[in-house]
Amino acid sequence: MKVSDIVKPLEAEVLCEGDLNNSEITGGYCSDLLSDCIANASEGSVWVTIHSHPNIIAVAVLVGMPCIVISNFQEVDPQTIEKAKKEKVTLLRTSLTSYQAVEVLTKIGIHGTKKHA
Amino acid sequence: MNPHQPHIEIKKEITGGDFSTAGGISSELKNILQQAGLPPQFIRRVVIATYEAEMNVVIHAYRGTFSTSIYPDHVQVVLEDEGPGIPDVDLAFQEGFSTAPAHIREMGFGAGYGLSNMKKCSNQIDIQTQVGKGTKVMMTFWLDPSQVKSSVSV
Ligand SMILES: Nc1ncnc2c1ncn2[C@@H]1O[C@H](COP(=O)(O)OP(=O)(O)OP(=O)(O)O)[C@@H](O)[C@H]1O
Ligand SMILES: [Mg+2]
Repeated sequence: MKVSDIVKPLEAEVLCEGDLNNSEITGGYCSDLLSDCIANASEGSVWVTIHSHPNIIAVAVLVGMPCIVISNFQEVDPQTIEKAKKEKVTLLRTSLTSYQAVEVLTKIGIHGTKKHA
Repeated sequence: MNPHQPHIEIKKEITGGDFSTAGGISSELKNILQQAGLPPQFIRRVVIATYEAEMNVVIHAYRGTFSTSIYPDHVQVVLEDEGPGIPDVDLAFQEGFSTAPAHIREMGFGAGYGLSNMKKCSNQIDIQTQVGKGTKVMMTFWLDPSQVKSSVSV
């Protein structure tokens, strides 16, 4: 599934396109603890989080996650969007809660994945 | 090619509390390792551990230096900081242990997984710390882990 395929189901606002039409999503991870996400999220995942500060982009790049979904329509630091542009990470924002966003993603066939150590 | 001579050596400064550039060193290192053509899984290990160590300096210390030496068969990463030091290193390694204050936790740090991530990702980690002075973290990553010369020591 392409990153662009999740925008509509999530009723998401595209804050930064990244490589919207080319990046493949192969799984999902939901966490608000950065170290947990770094340790356990697998490459190619969409990451659902409530955080919106610039450090989330570094985490996405480290793990190799092409797309971040910011839930609950959190206010987003302009620096976060700048950093996302620089690193070509797709940044989406939805008014759904994290749980609701995960529900939607699961329904369209994106399931939770965990990195094997 | 001399295997004992590092191919690339890098040194950088880290400023405590500076979240705007935090993580920059790890992503720069990622680019360099990618250009060196190292395997993605190996790069991931090095970069994750470096990110956690870098963030620990940003969050817990005042200032520090990062240096890395990239050899044909392994990578060495050293972070040395001026900061409060770690009173109980064994306790600090426990998953879930964190002294991060509320404003740091609000950003998603402070899960207390950083040191344990660093231990899992590296083949060897050594920590020298002095309370009130600072902390030095040394990590070694072998491309072929069967070459690990000594076991994990803390
Ligand atoms: N460079 C350092 N200087 C001083 N104290 C440190 C340093 N690195 C770690 N510590 C101490 O060890 C604790 C555990 O570190 P660890 O990286 O595992 O977790 P954390 O940084 O608190 O949270 P997380 O890494 O999950 O965001 C820290 O809360 C802090 O008390
Ligand atoms: Mg940490």
